[in-house]
Amino acid sequence: MKTRAVEVTVGAFVALGLAFLAWMAITVSGLDFSPADDEYRVSARFSNIAGLKPRAKVTSAGVTVGRVDEIALDPELGMAVVTLALNGKFDQFPLDTTASILTSGLLGEKYIGLRMGAEFDYLIDGDEIVDTQSSLVLEELIGRFLLSGSDD
Amino acid sequence: MINVLAALGRTTLSRLAGLGRAFFILAQAVFRPTGAGASIRLLWPEIYSAGVLSLVIVAVSGLFIGMVLALQGYSILVDFGSEQSLGQLVSLTLLRELGPVVTALLFAGRAGSAMTAEIGLMKATEQLASLSMLGVDPVQRVVAPRFWAGVISMPLLAIVFSSLGILGGHLVGVDWLGVDAGAYWGNMQASVDFRVDVLNGLIKAFVFGIFVTWIAVYQGMDLIPTAEGISRATTRTVVYGSLAVLALDFFLTAMMFGDY
Repeated sequence: MKTRAVEVTVGAFVALGLAFLAWMAITVSGLDFSPADDEYRVSARFSNIAGLKPRAKVTSAGVTVGRVDEIALDPELGMAVVTLALNGKFDQFPLDTTASILTSGLLGEKYIGLRMGAEFDYLIDGDEIVDTQSSLVLEELIGRFLLSGSDD
Repeated sequence: MINVLAALGRTTLSRLAGLGRAFFILAQAVFRPTGAGASIRLLWPEIYSAGVLSLVIVAVSGLFIGMVLALQGYSILVDFGSEQSLGQLVSLTLLRELGPVVTALLFAGRAGSAMTAEIGLMKATEQLASLSMLGVDPVQRVVAPRFWAGVISMPLLAIVFSSLGILGGHLVGVDWLGVDAGAYWGNMQASVDFRVDVLNGLIKAFVFGIFVTWIAVYQGMDLIPTAEGISRATTRTVVYGSLAVLALDFFLTAMMFGDY
């Protein structure tokens, strides 16, 4: 095998691999090379987030508007502090927006649903959503049902 | 009793000495490269024989594994009415697991065994000894280019494998079984993350490349220079290489995707 021919075939091999990698990035993983939309962060306190994970969706009326960025515990209040990274395109959430933890389908993953309020001022970076609704925990639900039954 | 202890000690010592020689070869191949120009010239033919010549078997296997995945996945998914997520199943399986692992197994069998046999024959015909007498370090001249060629080729081959597998899945799923093309690609794009899935798969392929080639060149350098020794060392390359790939895959998967 002549050196020249070897170099050409090796070059073609490397180019083929890189071309497939680029194809993979664009077609398979849908990588977006346009600069990332700026995000803004708001926090929300929940008494129970059971099952919510970082990177979970944040939706409003079913439309994905952001993701869960960080989950921490507030040791003083014993509540979970969830930081939401919301897409800068959706910057018109009123201050009294409600955040609730929902489940997609019967067995699906947990996500956060935002329901818009009626205030005229909008949430900005660093704000906190005050009105929250925690996830339903089956055991608590059954416990409450049993307790209310014994009252009768 | 003393004899048993002595045998045990002898085995342990020889194993440890072998491990030491293996690390020594790795360190020499990695940290003492020859002059940049010379090593690049030595690298091309090795990438050709390790990478380009493995391309056909890797491409064909990738295509068929993608097709089988689509066929098997479809027959299960259709029961739940969720054959729309076929693209997700095929692409995630290939990118995260089958692409790097099967490519590395094929690579150990196709390129690793050839490396061991080649270096072994050089040793048996005393070419390595002649190199040393000429003042040329055989590790730098023979081992280092082969090692780097393997490390460079493996990720490229794994990309080709996964890509052709996804295209094969499209062939069976969309063109034959009638899954909607938009759903195939759309669900795939929604669930595959470039950093988590594609890059982690590449990191796996890179690590497998290091270990398979390392085992191959070590077995070649360390064999008993007879016909029987070469055949044994070639077998060991494939066996140890495959076992190393499968065991490493578990640990890498646990590190990359195991944080639940």
